[in-house]
Amino acid sequence: MEQLLQQIVNGISLGSIYALIALGYTMVYGIIKLINFAHCDIYMIGAYVGYVCMAKLGLGFVPSLLVSMLVCTLLGVAIEKIAYKPLRNATRIAALITAIGVSLFLEYTTMFFATANVRTYPPMTGFMAKTFKLGDVVISAQQILIAIITIILMVLLQLIVKKTRIGKAMRAVSLDKDAAELMGINVDSTISFTFALGSALAGAAGILVGVYYNSINPLMGVLPGLKAFVAAVFGGIGIIPGAMLGGYVIGIVEVFVAGLGYSMYRDAVVFAILILILIVRPAGLLGKNTREKV
Amino acid sequence: MLEVRNLHVHFGVIHALKGISLTVNDGEIVTLIGANGAGKTTTLRTISGLKKPTGGEIILDGVDITNTSAQERVKMGISHVPEGRRVFSNMTVLENLELGAYLRKDKEGIAKDLKKVFDLFPVLADRRKQLAGTLSGGEQQMLAIGRALMSRPKILLLDEPSMGLAPLLVQEIFNIIKDVNSNGTTVLLVEQNARMALQIAHRAYVIETGRIVLAGPGAELMESEEIKKAYLGG
Ligand SMILES: Nc1ncnc2c1ncn2[C@@H]1O[C@H](COP(=O)(O)OP(=O)(O)O)[C@@H](O)[C@H]1O
Ligand SMILES: [Mg+2]
Repeated sequence: MEQLLQQIVNGISLGSIYALIALGYTMVYGIIKLINFAHCDIYMIGAYVGYVCMAKLGLGFVPSLLVSMLVCTLLGVAIEKIAYKPLRNATRIAALITAIGVSLFLEYTTMFFATANVRTYPPMTGFMAKTFKLGDVVISAQQILIAIITIILMVLLQLIVKKTRIGKAMRAVSLDKDAAELMGINVDSTISFTFALGSALAGAAGILVGVYYNSINPLMGVLPGLKAFVAAVFGGIGIIPGAMLGGYVIGIVEVFVAGLGYSMYRDAVVFAILILILIVRPAGLLGKNTREKV
Repeated sequence: MLEVRNLHVHFGVIHALKGISLTVNDGEIVTLIGANGAGKTTTLRTISGLKKPTGGEIILDGVDITNTSAQERVKMGISHVPEGRRVFSNMTVLENLELGAYLRKDKEGIAKDLKKVFDLFPVLADRRKQLAGTLSGGEQQMLAIGRALMSRPKILLLDEPSMGLAPLLVQEIFNIIKDVNSNGTTVLLVEQNARMALQIAHRAYVIETGRIVLAGPGAELMESEEIKKAYLGG
C-alpha cells in the first residue's frame, strides 16, 4: 500500500512536468494545427535559464522561475514570428519540417554555447532540501513545490482561456479562423499569445525539472517532449484539460512500470499507449469525433 | 454606403471575379443572385476583407477600404454572416454573441444590443448556455445573424442564409432580415433562392461566372423573362 502511494506521489511529480509541456503542444496544435517540435527545446532552454539564474546569478527559486518563464515566452513568440508565420499558408508538412529544423537549431545552438556536458543545479538548501514522511511515504519539498506550482499555473491558464477577452479570442481562432477574423479578432496576435502561454509553461517545467532531477543537458527535451506529446494526444490534441489529464496518466504509468521493476520498458510502454489510443480512440480520451456541419 | 468598383479576384490561376461593380445605398436591401460557383461568396469575402483582391476598389462611406484588414472593416461597420453560418460550435450561444461585440468597449450598449438580439430571436435567449454546435440549422443561422448584429454594423453581408433550411424557417429568416433592415441596417444579401431574395430586395444584381450580367429593382428582375428562365424555374 505504501509502495503504491509512493509511486503515485512520484508519478504526480513527473506527470506535472509532462502536463505543463503537453499544454504547449496542445494549444499550438489547437490554433494552427502544427506539431511544434521545437516546443521540447523551449523547455530545455527554460531549464538552462533556471540554471544560470540559480547557479551563476545566485537568484532564489521564485525569481528564477519567473525569469525562465519570461525568457521562454519571448523565445516562443520569436520562433513563431520568424519561423512559422511566413508558412501560415504553406502545406502542413512544410511547417512540420521547419519545426524540426527549429528544434535542431535550438539544441545545437545550446550545445555550442553551453557544451554538450551535463550541468547540475546547485544543491537545494533550507525548505527546498526537506523531505516529509507520511507513514512510509516520503514526499520531498521539491515534489510539493512541483505540485503546487503546476496547480497554480493550470488554474491561471484556465482563467485566462475561459474568462478573459484574449482567451475567448484564442478559443474562437482555434475553432474557426475566418469566423474569428469576422468578429474583428486579430488572428496574428492571438496566435502569438498562444505561443507565449505555451512557452511560459514549458519554461516553468524546465526549471522544475532542473530542481527535481538536478542534471540538465542540451538534448534533455527530446524524450520528455515526445512523452508530453503522447500525453497531449492521449487526452485529445487541442483540448486543454486533455493535456493535463494525459500528462498525469503518462507520468503515473511510467513511474509504475519502473516501480514494478521494468525500468527498461518505461519508454516503450508510453509509446505503446500512443499506438493503442490511436487505434482505439484517435480523437483522444476527451476528444469528440468531429462531425462536419454544413 | 458601399461601392465596389471593378473588383478582380484570383485563386492562383483561377480568375474568380472579373471586374465586379456594385453599389449599395443607405437603408437598402440589395441582393446578389447567381448560380453555384458564380462568385457570390468570393464577392462577400473580399468586401469583408477575408480575401485580397487583385484589382479594383472597395469604398465604404466615401473611404477607400481596399487595403484595410478585416478587423478594421468590422470597426468601420461591416459585418459578415458567412456561408454555412460558421458559429463557434464549442462555445455557448452567449459566448458567440459576446464575440460578435469583440471590438466594442461600451458595456451598456452591448447589454442593450444583446437584449435586442434576444428579442429578435427568443429561442437564442432560452438556449444562451447551450453549445452552439448543438443548435439546429435554423437556430445556428439565427445565432450567426445575431452575432453579426452584435457589432452594431452599418451594413450586414449575408451569404445564403436560407441554405439547408426548411421552407417555413426560410420565410422566418427572410422576415427577420426585413425587420433588421427596417430598423436601419443596410443589407447586402447573397442568395441562390432567387425568388425569396427578389421579393424582399430593393435592388438586385445577377452574377454569372465572375461578372455582373444584369441589374435592376428586385420587382423588375422578378418579371424579366431571362431571370424567370434561369433562376426562378420557368
Ligand atoms: N478557396 C478557393 N480556391 C480555389 N478556387 C476557389 C476558392 N473559392 C472559390 N473558388 C472558385 O471561385 C469561383 C467562385 O466561387 P464562389 O465565390 O464560392 O461561388 P458562389 O458563392 O457563387 O457559389 C468558383 O469557380 C470556385 O471554384
Ligand atoms: Mg457561395
